[in-house]
Amino acid sequence: MSERSQRRLPVPTPETQHFWDGTKRGELLLQRCTECDGVHFPPRPFCPACGHREVEAFAATGRGTLYSYVINHTPNPAFDGPYAIAVVQLDEGPRMMTNIVDCEQTPEALELDMPVEVSYLDASDEITLPLFRPAAPVEGPA
Amino acid sequence: MRADHIAVVGAAETTDLGKTPHISQLGMHADAALNALADAGLTIHDIDGVATAGERPTDIAHYLGIVPRWVDGTSVGGCSFMLHVRHAAAAIAAGLCTTVLITHAESGRSRVGTGRGGGGNRSSLPAQFEAPFGSMGPPTMFTIPVLRYMKDHGLTHEQLANVAVVQREWAGMNPRATFQDPITVDDVLDSRMIAYPFHLLECCLVTDGGGALILTAGERADDFAQPPVYVLGHGESVETPMVSQMEDFSSSRAFKVAGTDAFASSGITHADVDHLMVYDAFAHLPLYGLEDLGFCERGEAGDFVWEGNTRPGGSLPMNTNGGGLSYMHSGMYGMYALQESVRQMRGTAAAQVPGAEVSVALGVGGMFAASGCVVFTNQRPD
Repeated sequence: MSERSQRRLPVPTPETQHFWDGTKRGELLLQRCTECDGVHFPPRPFCPACGHREVEAFAATGRGTLYSYVINHTPNPAFDGPYAIAVVQLDEGPRMMTNIVDCEQTPEALELDMPVEVSYLDASDEITLPLFRPAAPVEGPA
Repeated sequence: MRADHIAVVGAAETTDLGKTPHISQLGMHADAALNALADAGLTIHDIDGVATAGERPTDIAHYLGIVPRWVDGTSVGGCSFMLHVRHAAAAIAAGLCTTVLITHAESGRSRVGTGRGGGGNRSSLPAQFEAPFGSMGPPTMFTIPVLRYMKDHGLTHEQLANVAVVQREWAGMNPRATFQDPITVDDVLDSRMIAYPFHLLECCLVTDGGGALILTAGERADDFAQPPVYVLGHGESVETPMVSQMEDFSSSRAFKVAGTDAFASSGITHADVDHLMVYDAFAHLPLYGLEDLGFCERGEAGDFVWEGNTRPGGSLPMNTNGGGLSYMHSGMYGMYALQESVRQMRGTAAAQVPGAEVSVALGVGGMFAASGCVVFTNQRPD
């Protein structure tokens, strides 16, 4: 696919490798502090809320809401026409940058606070990016 | 006068602004520095402290022939010069040096001698967790929080566009401004879409230029060629290198920390402020700045500007040089905000605010990553 080599892809570090290993197998990994239960992203091997040095990775639900975005109109060889660069609010608390796929890239279709769910893009042999697509709202446990 | 009261005794921009391919970035640092020295009536041998960002203090000191006893290379983006002023105040008060030169220049448009290039660090957190999603520089990143602000606080597209309209009014009074012709809200909304909801005229210019400041102890300030402009207070902070990780998409934590400390250290109230500069890389920044500094309640800045409070003749003249949207923006605009504050305090601005005695300059670094705030006055502090 044309996107495979066009995006600026990350080079993981020892502190982030588990996240990128997770997306490759279809898991969105966040980290939780074993002391204060705080959930954080991007990954780091300690808790930015309390400084505790023991954290555990866990698979997020992959669900969230569209928090904010812009629609870039400057041509980018990795994308076909104008595209949204978005931030999603994950159900577990952290926010992350992403793209919204399976959706018209227009202000009308990209409604703030709409439910989204993770959708993975194999961007290279090493890197799978977590993208998001519109999801049907669900009645979930609190 | 307190020991930490320092004064700006020299201030100047580069001889030329705009498109200047005949001079390198380093050359513009020197041009601005020599202009500021002439403004102060000093020579290079009077300078014993050097601060700069973009270039290293080593390069600036060597190129100009300065032997510094104090250097500051704090480089946190376009507000770095506000932080340099604050650090210089502490250094002069502590006796580490007596006379500090702060320089900025950037060949932002012509890219002569900028040394930029290469792929950069692909392992930084922004490179891993933001860059893969198609960002193409500040117009596609700095702007991301705004739709959230608009939905939560009711800011309209017209109000956002109006920020650029008001600043063009100021630029129309400034012969050095890049763009001086009046524009309307419709002109802004009809201009090319860059990154929805931002149109071309809601984004800053990209130009070449620079500026320099010379600071010394306030008690010495009467001995110089120019009327002294005292540094009354200051603040600084950083938040995050990733716009996606801001605590609050409707507010800059760094603005709030820097602004709170600047007001507290200067002892001023909002009613004391006659003139305000808020770094405007994009049209939303003055709105965030007005609210985070406490001039407006959250969500009210769009109305505040719409009602004319910041335009010529308004209650709080803001970005009176035309700002990054219309005056110039070489990449690290904070220096030009400081220059305009100094001109207003000297009474020499192109669009002078009559009788102004207190000016506040708020800078941003990166994309809501950092901030510095400086309070100036032309009245001798107690």
